[in-house]
Amino acid sequence: MTIDVPTTGRSLPQLQPISFIGADGRLTDTPTEGLRIPSDATLTGLYRQMVLVRRFEAQVTHLTRQGRLATYPSAAGQEAAEVGATTALAPNDWLFPTYRDSAALLTRGVPVAEILAAFRGDWHCGFDPHEYHTSPAATPLATQTLHATGFAMAAKLKGEDAATLTFLGDGASSEGDTHEAFNFASVWQTPTVFVLQNNQYAISTPLREQTNATMLADRAAGYGMPGLRVDGNDVAAVFAAVSAALERGRNGDGPTLIECLTYRMESHTNSDDPTKYRDTEEVEHWKQFDPIDRLEKYLRQTGALDDARVAEVAEAAEALAASVRDAMNAEAEIDPRELFAHVYASPRTALTEQRQVLEAELAAAGHA
Amino acid sequence: MSVETGTDPTTDPTAVNAETATATSASNDGATPSSVTMTKALNQALRDSLADDDTVLVFGEDVGRLGGVFRVTEGLRAEFGSNRVWDSPLAESGIIGTAIGMAMNGMRPVVEMQFDAYAYPAFEQIVSHVAKMRNRTKGRVSLPITIRIPYAGDIGGVEHHSDSSEVYWTSTPGLTVVTPSNPADAYSLLRESIASDDPVVFMEPKSRYWMKETLSLPVTTAPMNRAQVIREGTDVTLLAYGPTVRTALETAEAGAEHGLSIEVIDLRTLSPFDDETVSASVRKTSRAAIIHEAAQFGGYGAEVAARLTERNFTFLSAPILRVTGFDVPYPSPKLEEFYLPTVERVLDALESWDWEL
Repeated sequence: MTIDVPTTGRSLPQLQPISFIGADGRLTDTPTEGLRIPSDATLTGLYRQMVLVRRFEAQVTHLTRQGRLATYPSAAGQEAAEVGATTALAPNDWLFPTYRDSAALLTRGVPVAEILAAFRGDWHCGFDPHEYHTSPAATPLATQTLHATGFAMAAKLKGEDAATLTFLGDGASSEGDTHEAFNFASVWQTPTVFVLQNNQYAISTPLREQTNATMLADRAAGYGMPGLRVDGNDVAAVFAAVSAALERGRNGDGPTLIECLTYRMESHTNSDDPTKYRDTEEVEHWKQFDPIDRLEKYLRQTGALDDARVAEVAEAAEALAASVRDAMNAEAEIDPRELFAHVYASPRTALTEQRQVLEAELAAAGHA
Repeated sequence: MSVETGTDPTTDPTAVNAETATATSASNDGATPSSVTMTKALNQALRDSLADDDTVLVFGEDVGRLGGVFRVTEGLRAEFGSNRVWDSPLAESGIIGTAIGMAMNGMRPVVEMQFDAYAYPAFEQIVSHVAKMRNRTKGRVSLPITIRIPYAGDIGGVEHHSDSSEVYWTSTPGLTVVTPSNPADAYSLLRESIASDDPVVFMEPKSRYWMKETLSLPVTTAPMNRAQVIREGTDVTLLAYGPTVRTALETAEAGAEHGLSIEVIDLRTLSPFDDETVSASVRKTSRAAIIHEAAQFGGYGAEVAARLTERNFTFLSAPILRVTGFDVPYPSPKLEEFYLPTVERVLDALESWDWEL
């Protein structure tokens, strides 16, 4: 008896991550899976945005230490993945971020005050998702991967020329929703790109205690979709890989998983102490692969960057930092009555009654 | 409109009294009345919603080719195509999570959770996202999703097939929770749920799927969010919903034989609770009991008793009673009859009051 063994025709991704620009700023000789390095003009734009978001992350982290924000999960060190992937999106595409993706929101054009509203405690989501084609950042891990899949499915059904991109982390890759999203997206062939930022730690749990797999990108094969392993600190590789995956999705060829190997330089949030779970040697090791340093070295070699341009970008970053300080130093006006305003589309008697209780309390306390 | 007993072979065949003819104030377009099961009514509601609105999508486990394990979606895939009605992979969180994304992109998904306890893997998506998206986004993103959940027991189901999970959803702000007890309401409430811009958990009482009514579809009954007095009485108000409405009506019949005038209210929508209709009845009768299949502690009846007491204390002659399932996991089929609130148990509870007061 012979058994026909079906095959998806997918092979496992290469172990060596796709990379164009090495830590020394020189072109690498690693395989690039047919991808092409972005133009110098594109890379210069990516450089500028990475510098901006790094300054943003540093400023917000500082303000959090000063108590201006309730909490903040910084993506410092992950600029290449955040910026490279998000920049690849077309305006009509939708982004489905997590709580650590403020840099992506900034890249998407969301104003600083609206990005930080949630972390300051003003409201759960400070921006209009439809305006920026960006979903509220999801806190429950991996849940957003399904939203991205469903959104893309609707786009496909409607014949829209739109793809979705969702970020998830190495910790989130252990959640059930991740596997359900991979499977749904592949079965339905949705135009979805899963960008798995493997930053080596889920709060304090290192990757080796998160998974026994050799790499996370090879999970894609089990779901019948391509998986790529990318040097997540090489913005050229991230941009090229995500651009190709988005195009693939728009062409009706389904989803792609892209694992970006990167490192979280800061703590998970301001409330944990990374010295308890990782040593300084490891942090120093990863500094060698800094995404901004290597791109700057590369672009100086090609002549796309010089001191004047670097200074100009640094100045823009300082201006951004100042705008962050201004935004966080200005107290947002919050109307307590809004507690009841957005729970249901139609009015509810019980909420009307409870609002009257609050209004009486506010009046008694002398509030307008 | 008249009501007749269903053909469900697994349930008590006791006939529902003709007085349930007042169960809904139905209207229709004058089509010829016919005998309609709740399953058929739900099926027609889905069909009409799909036909009226291109953004309505129906998907879930086995809802396509098979038509759902209870045949509620039968024929819809053939009629509307697999781009409107399709079988999803087997993963409940995936079904709800993708429905969220679809709703964000302008669709009105109607998804099925196959059985009550099968919804639990989707709990996080329902509670953390479906219920909260409007609030998180200050009303900028609404999720018009209808989550159909066949629930409750009395069908001889094995473990995990007979839970009454309503309180998980009713205690979650942002959700509307609806449960019909008869075919006409099943049709009308499902149409209204699908059209709602709020997410609705639509709980279908499995033991009433085979209940028949003579009616003409389409039918418009009382609006969602309103309870209905379906039998008038003066001595006591019985509150019921979904599967226990029939129990309440049978109790009223039995009580009448003993000279007890029992008013029966079908809550229809569990969240929001219709305080107005229920309080008016309780003020008239001065006594109330609620019947549900779910366990008692922290159950829906606790909320009902508390809010009725808060609003009507001086009108009450007796404490509000709960006649419910016991505080045990839903039992095996051979023990169901000892678990479920029966007419006798409800009558015994009513007898426990001091009627001299």
